Amino acid sequence: MMTTALSPWLIGFPLLGAAILLLGGRRLDRWGHWIGVLASAASFVLGCVILADTLMQAPSERIGTGTLGTWIAAGPLQVAAGFRVDPLSLTFVMLVTFVGTLIHVYSVAYMEHDVGRRRFFGYLNLFVAAMLLLVLADNYLLLFVGWEGVGLASFLLIGFWDHRIENSVAGKKAFVMNRIGDMGLIAAMMLMFAYVGSVSFDDVLGSAETLGTGVATAVGLLLLLAACGKSAQFPLQAWLGDAMAGPTPVSALIHAATMVTAGVYLLVRSAAILEAAPNAQLVVVIVGAVTLLFGAIVGCAKDDIKKALAASTMSQIGYMMLAAGLGPIGYAFAIFHLVTHGFFKAGLFLGAGSVMHAMDDSVDMRRFGGLARALPVTAVTMGLGWLAILGIPPFSGFWSKDRIIEAAFVGEGWRPWVFGTVALVGAGITAFYMSRLFFLTFAGRRRWGSFSGAEHAPGPHPHEAPALMRWPMIVLAVGSVALGGILAIGGAFTAWLAPVVGEAEHHHDPVLPAWLLVVLTLVLVVAGVVLAWRLYVLASVPAQAPRGNLLVRAARRDLHQDAVNESLVLLPGQMATAAAVYADRYAVDGAVMQVAAGVRRSGEGLRRAQNGYVRTYAATSLGGLLVVAAIVWALAG
Amino acid sequence: MPITHYLVLAVVLFSIGATAVLLRRNAIVIFMGVELMLNATNLALVTFARIHGDLTGQVLAFFVMVVAAAEVVVGLAIIVTIFRTRRSASVDDVNLLNG
Amino acid sequence: MMTSTGEAVLFWALAPLMVLAALGLLFVRRAVHAAIGVVAVMISLAIMYIANEAPFLGVVQVVVYTGAVMMLFLFVLMLVGVDSADSLTETIRGQRWIGLLFGAGLLVVLLGVLGRTELPEAVGLAEANAATNPTGLAAILFGDYVLGMEVIGVLLVTAALAGLVLTHRRRIGQRRTQRELSRERVAGVAGGRALTPLPAPGVYAQNNAMDTPALGPDGRPLEHSVPRVLRIRGQQRDPFPVVEAPTTGTSAVEQAEAPQQVEEAH
Repeated sequence: MMTTALSPWLIGFPLLGAAILLLGGRRLDRWGHWIGVLASAASFVLGCVILADTLMQAPSERIGTGTLGTWIAAGPLQVAAGFRVDPLSLTFVMLVTFVGTLIHVYSVAYMEHDVGRRRFFGYLNLFVAAMLLLVLADNYLLLFVGWEGVGLASFLLIGFWDHRIENSVAGKKAFVMNRIGDMGLIAAMMLMFAYVGSVSFDDVLGSAETLGTGVATAVGLLLLLAACGKSAQFPLQAWLGDAMAGPTPVSALIHAATMVTAGVYLLVRSAAILEAAPNAQLVVVIVGAVTLLFGAIVGCAKDDIKKALAASTMSQIGYMMLAAGLGPIGYAFAIFHLVTHGFFKAGLFLGAGSVMHAMDDSVDMRRFGGLARALPVTAVTMGLGWLAILGIPPFSGFWSKDRIIEAAFVGEGWRPWVFGTVALVGAGITAFYMSRLFFLTFAGRRRWGSFSGAEHAPGPHPHEAPALMRWPMIVLAVGSVALGGILAIGGAFTAWLAPVVGEAEHHHDPVLPAWLLVVLTLVLVVAGVVLAWRLYVLASVPAQAPRGNLLVRAARRDLHQDAVNESLVLLPGQMATAAAVYADRYAVDGAVMQVAAGVRRSGEGLRRAQNGYVRTYAATSLGGLLVVAAIVWALAG
Repeated sequence: MPITHYLVLAVVLFSIGATAVLLRRNAIVIFMGVELMLNATNLALVTFARIHGDLTGQVLAFFVMVVAAAEVVVGLAIIVTIFRTRRSASVDDVNLLNG
Repeated sequence: MMTSTGEAVLFWALAPLMVLAALGLLFVRRAVHAAIGVVAVMISLAIMYIANEAPFLGVVQVVVYTGAVMMLFLFVLMLVGVDSADSLTETIRGQRWIGLLFGAGLLVVLLGVLGRTELPEAVGLAEANAATNPTGLAAILFGDYVLGMEVIGVLLVTAALAGLVLTHRRRIGQRRTQRELSRERVAGVAGGRALTPLPAPGVYAQNNAMDTPALGPDGRPLEHSVPRVLRIRGQQRDPFPVVEAPTTGTSAVEQAEAPQQVEEAH
């Protein structure tokens, strides 16, 4: 395609924007953010152009590659700075640039009173550039550069308000857990290089069958580890909740729509390797299922609106992992759900930001309630997002999530029953906690201000968000409503992705009829909504969270994941460090200091021989003479 | 009596002189101990001259006497000077070179 | 070689005395007594040199060592303080035991060495002293060791200079001239000091013993003409019994006047 050569500019615009903003200095403070918005919008426009061009090609011609030259030439390892424009990467390009530009606009108003706004936009542009590099790379090593870049941007943005140490600690936690995942990707690349001799997609994925099951399983599991780290899947999911310490636009862009989905991208891109390793696929599905339930359970107990949304993200990505592990029948739906999720989750997060902005940056849902009248636009956009995530037809979530549930029920033996049931139950729990979130915030009686009955009235005066915050939310809400339906017409989306992920064989039927699954899903969803209505609208919500039973308390503490991490990993590491410090201070330093002290002590001892008295010196001389004479005596005769 | 008895006497006198240097505090008495040692050496030299039948031993003893005289002059002059400033002839009082 | 009996007697008589005198150097408290002990040792050594067929050295020992060096010691002792006595307590820790140990050790070791050595048969100096001992010595001194002899000559000169330089006292302040001295004397009369020099004892008296005060112009005895030490000791004598003593013989004045009268009679 002719426009493939322009694709490096997709990365170039935001990278240039980041450079200008971060190096430009304070004189750009007043208007610099518009450069950031412009860079992101330019990438979007270029992406549209490339998309149009690609659509005009025949499906089999839609893979375009190019290279900017050789990046690493180290003997047998030859890595090119190459890029690959195909339906999968274009999907991500559109998602990232569109949602990204909307969030850039939102941030102009959200960060209006922040002195670091220019730096914020610099980091946002950096993130966009790195994410686009990740999806446009044509080899694993260049993908890894983008992978690390988004990790860096995430770290910088989570700890953006670094005057509070908890934010920096959260950023560090995210970075370290991501690093553990990165070890997996590095090890996978090493295996690829060892067995295939190259790390480019064409070479590795082309020779996936020749790797042998053992190697393929190892590579697959290592790639899964990397994906778990980046996408906050079990067991590396503990950082996502803490990452909510960053500004809300960051949570919307990075930790909902784009970065956390990079893991899914990696697995779908490496589909050929997973196909060659059925055991690895099984592990992927199990991980997805476990995380799905984990996130759902944790989400039910969180009173912090952002942390509840984070748990929801974790859970929805679990759905995508589940789908990706099912094989060709699931890849397209995983990406489809990824796109729709990007829209409605970003919309939900931006709405949460609007609510926080109205309530003096409070996040405690127990102090919200009845905000629908005060924040009508926010209530409507978040409501549409809520319906989308529940999977109520005809909103987007229905089209993507139900197909995943259906795919989960395909298979033989115990697998479809177990995974399918998990997906189904997960949908029900999702409905419950998302409804809980919505009702606690917008419905019911007011629990704030002069209505809260608290001593410290009058409290916040909520007002609707300014225009620059409202319009992105509205656009995303429209997407949450319509996008799924539009893309599902005639299986357009699955056909679009077919050149990359292969055809999904439709002749596999789920073990339960499809219409039954739809009905069951809707029944569970409605049940969840009704339960939430009864608990949080009809009954009064106490301002102080009640103690709850064992499961509730465990869920509030993220099912004790932090405690497990600390005792398994953190504590041995700290003990090893403490031991090393101790050994260094007392053994190594001690030995050196003891030598020095020994020299000093011997010096002090020897000093006493020089007491200044002539007679002592005379005695010393006589002693020496005695020794000499004794030797002469011994030798004589 | 064998002639080596003179040598034994010289050794005894030498040891006594050495002990006096170590044990007495008055600078002049120490100096006298040194003189005693030199004299013992002279006795030994003279005895050796007699044993070997060679007068070189006596010449050496003569040299020793001359040098001893010169040394006494300088040493006593130093003691007098120190005594003038410090009003003390004790050898323990000059201990400024201690470590 | 065995010595003659006489020499053996001499040796055994002198040697214990020498050792005792040398031990005095260790044990006596007063420095002067120690010096006397050392003098005794040196004179005994001179005798022994002569007994060992080294008469020249024996004389030199007495003249130089005892007569010059030890006298120099005694002079310095006089300067330093004749009474200076060491306390016998030791100040440096352990020095007494170290000193005794090393001294005894030295004795033992040197005696051991001596016992081990094999000395040749003693020849005696009869042949070497054929042309008298000093001549023999001179032959070696001015023959083999002439350079050494010249050098120790230089050494002696240097030592003499050193003695001068080290004990030289620098004049601090100006020399008081005769004029200043007389001014001070006159000024001191107001404070009761005598203007004239002190009278010598025994002037205008009939004897000039140190313990008899002189008589002043008015006939009164002058107390300050008797040395202070005698006054302190109470050994001064009353002059008047001397003055009023009947003249048993002719005094010098009468004897001087008598021949004049005899000469005037002619």
